[in-house]
Amino acid sequence: MHGISMDKESTTIATLELRDVRKLYGATAAVDGVNLTLKRGEFLTFLGPSGSGKTTTLAMVAGLQTPTSGRIILDGQPLDPLPPYRRNIGMVFQHYALFPHMTVAKNIAFPLEMRKIDGEERKRRVAEALRLVGLPDFGDRFPNQLSGGQQQRVALARAMVFQPPLLLMDEPLGALDKKLREQMQLEILRLHRDLGMSILYVTHDQEEALVMSDRIAVFNDGRIQQIGSAEELYERPISRFVAGFLGESNMIRGKVVALDSGDCVLESRHGRLRAFNTAKLKTGDQAVVAVRPERLTITDPSIERENLVKGRVVEVIYLGQSRKYVLKTEDNAEMTVLQQAQDAEKHSINPGDEICLEWRGRESNALAAEG
Amino acid sequence: MLASLRPRGAGWLVLPAAVLLLLFFAVPISWLLAASVSYPQLGLQNFAALYEKTIYLRVLGNTVVISGVTTFWCAIIGYPLAFTMANGSPRVRRALVFIILIPFWTSLLVRTFAWMVLLQKQGLINDLLMSAGLIDSPVALIYNRLGVYIGMVQVLLPFMIFPLYSVMVRIDKSYSQAAATLGAPPIRNFFRIYLPLSLPGVLSGASLVFISALGYYITPALLGGPADMMIAQMIEKQISQFGNWGLAGALAVVLLVGTGVSLAIVHRVLGVRAGWRRA
Repeated sequence: MHGISMDKESTTIATLELRDVRKLYGATAAVDGVNLTLKRGEFLTFLGPSGSGKTTTLAMVAGLQTPTSGRIILDGQPLDPLPPYRRNIGMVFQHYALFPHMTVAKNIAFPLEMRKIDGEERKRRVAEALRLVGLPDFGDRFPNQLSGGQQQRVALARAMVFQPPLLLMDEPLGALDKKLREQMQLEILRLHRDLGMSILYVTHDQEEALVMSDRIAVFNDGRIQQIGSAEELYERPISRFVAGFLGESNMIRGKVVALDSGDCVLESRHGRLRAFNTAKLKTGDQAVVAVRPERLTITDPSIERENLVKGRVVEVIYLGQSRKYVLKTEDNAEMTVLQQAQDAEKHSINPGDEICLEWRGRESNALAAEG
Repeated sequence: MLASLRPRGAGWLVLPAAVLLLLFFAVPISWLLAASVSYPQLGLQNFAALYEKTIYLRVLGNTVVISGVTTFWCAIIGYPLAFTMANGSPRVRRALVFIILIPFWTSLLVRTFAWMVLLQKQGLINDLLMSAGLIDSPVALIYNRLGVYIGMVQVLLPFMIFPLYSVMVRIDKSYSQAAATLGAPPIRNFFRIYLPLSLPGVLSGASLVFISALGYYITPALLGGPADMMIAQMIEKQISQFGNWGLAGALAVVLLVGTGVSLAIVHRVLGVRAGWRRA
C-alpha cells in the first residue's frame, strides 16, 4: 500500500485459481469440487439458483468461510493460510453492510484507516472514490439517509478505495428495483472498464449475468455445470440444466440413432430430428433436443422433413416487441415460440390453431436426457 | 383497521390501575414529599440539615458510588455473557438464559441470606480458601463494601444482560464480516464495529442497573457494614427510629431527583446515539 493512485496503470490486477474446492456442512456438500481460473481483469459471474453454492464459493475466496478441502490461489499465492483481513480482496455484500454508526466518508475511509493511510492522502482517496461513484457531496451523510441505490454506490466505493486486485460482489443489485438495477449494471461495468480490476460477481438473475460478464459459470448442486462466454452458454449449453436455467428452452425427447459430421440424428415422436451434438452423445443414448423459442419458425407442414413439430396453439401472449405462442404438441408436451412483431403480424395466429414448427438442426443442441 | 378495535372512550379500561396508583402510590408519596418542606414546620430546614450534617452527604455519596461501581461490574461481567448468548449456538443460548433467570425465581431476601451463608467468616468461601491453603485467617467478605458489591452485582446482573442481548442479536454479522474484508483484524474490528453498535444496549442496561441500585435497601442492609449505608436505609432509619418524617421526605426528594436526573442524562445520550439508528 504505498500511495497507489486510482489509475488503471498502477493498480495490480489479480488472477485467481480455485482447485477442487469443497465445502461440507455435516454430510452435505454446499460446494462440491469447484475448479476455475479467473483471468487478469476478467469479469466472471457465478450464476445459479439459490443454494447452488455460488455465494459459499465467494465467501471462501473472501476468507469468511473455510474450505473443507481444495486450494484457492491468488496471483500464485495460496490464500488458505490468510485470514480475511490480510487477503486484500474487496467485497460488496448483498445488503451493503455499510456501518450504520459512521458517515459515508468514514465508511469509505475505513479500509484506508486499517492500512494506516492518513491525512491528505486518505481525504483525497475518499473524495476520489465518492466522485467515481457519482456521490461527491454525500460524505457527511449517514447510510440510513441514503436511498438503496446510493447505499449500493457507497458500498462499491468502500470496496474499491483500497484498490484491491480482486473485487467480489455478492448479489449486489438484488435489493434494487429493475430500473435502478439496469442503471447500476452499466455503472459497475464502467467502473470495471476504468479501473480494470478482476471481478467475481454472484447473481441468480440470468439477464444480469448475460449483460455484465466476460464469462459466466453456471452453478448447480455445488458444482460448476458449465463455464464460458454468455454466447457459448446460451447457444451451446452442454446440459439440460444450463439450457433451462439460462434463457428458455424447448426440450424434445428422443433417441440418438446416428452421428453425422458433428450432428446427432434422433428418432422421436415427431419423427426424425437433427441437432448439434453439444453433449458428445453416442448412438443409442437417450437424449433431448434443446431449442430456443426464437429459433422456431412457423412453417408449412405439407412436405415431410427433419425437425418438424406439429401442435395446437393454447395461448398467445403479447410482449410488445414480440409475441409468444404456447403450443401443446401431439404427445401433450408444451412448447413455446417467440416471434418478432414484424414476423408475427404477417399471419394472425389464434388459440386453437394447428400450426407446424421448424428449425435448423445446427441451431439446436442434443443433450443427455438426464442431468 | 386497528382504530376500530380501539373505540373512543376506552380510557376507563385503565381506571382500576389509575385508582390504585393514585391511592396507594401518588398520595403517600406526595404526602412524604410534602413532609420534606412542612414537617415539623414549613421551610427548608430539612434540606438544610441534609446539607449541613456530613453523615447525610456521606450516605448520598455512598449511594452514588455503590450504584456506579455495581453498574460498572455488571457491564464488565454482563457484556461477555450477553455476547456469548447473542452469538453462540441456540443450545448455549438456552442454557445461559436459564442460568441467568433462575435467580429471578428466588426471593431477593433468600438470595441475600444465601450470600451471607457463603461469605461469612466461617462461610463456604473462607473455608474453601483456607483448606486450599490460600489464606491463613478468614477474609472479611461481608459486612463491608465488598459484600454489598457482590450481592448487588449478582442481583442486578440480569438487568444488564437482557437489554444488551436484545441489542446484540439485532447486530447483523455482515458488519463484522465487511470490516474483516476491509482489513480490520479481530480486536480492531470489535472496537470499531461491534462495540459501538452494541453501545445502546450497554447504556440502557447500565441505566436500568444504576437506577435500580440507587434505591436498593435489603442487600446493602444485610451484606454491608455501618459505613456502607445507602439512602434507602437512611430513609427507613429516619422514620422507624426517629419518626423524622420531614428528613425522610427530604431524602426521598433527593433520591427522586437524582433518579430523574440520571434518567434524563441517559435518555439524552441514548437519543444522540440513536441519531444514526433513525430511519
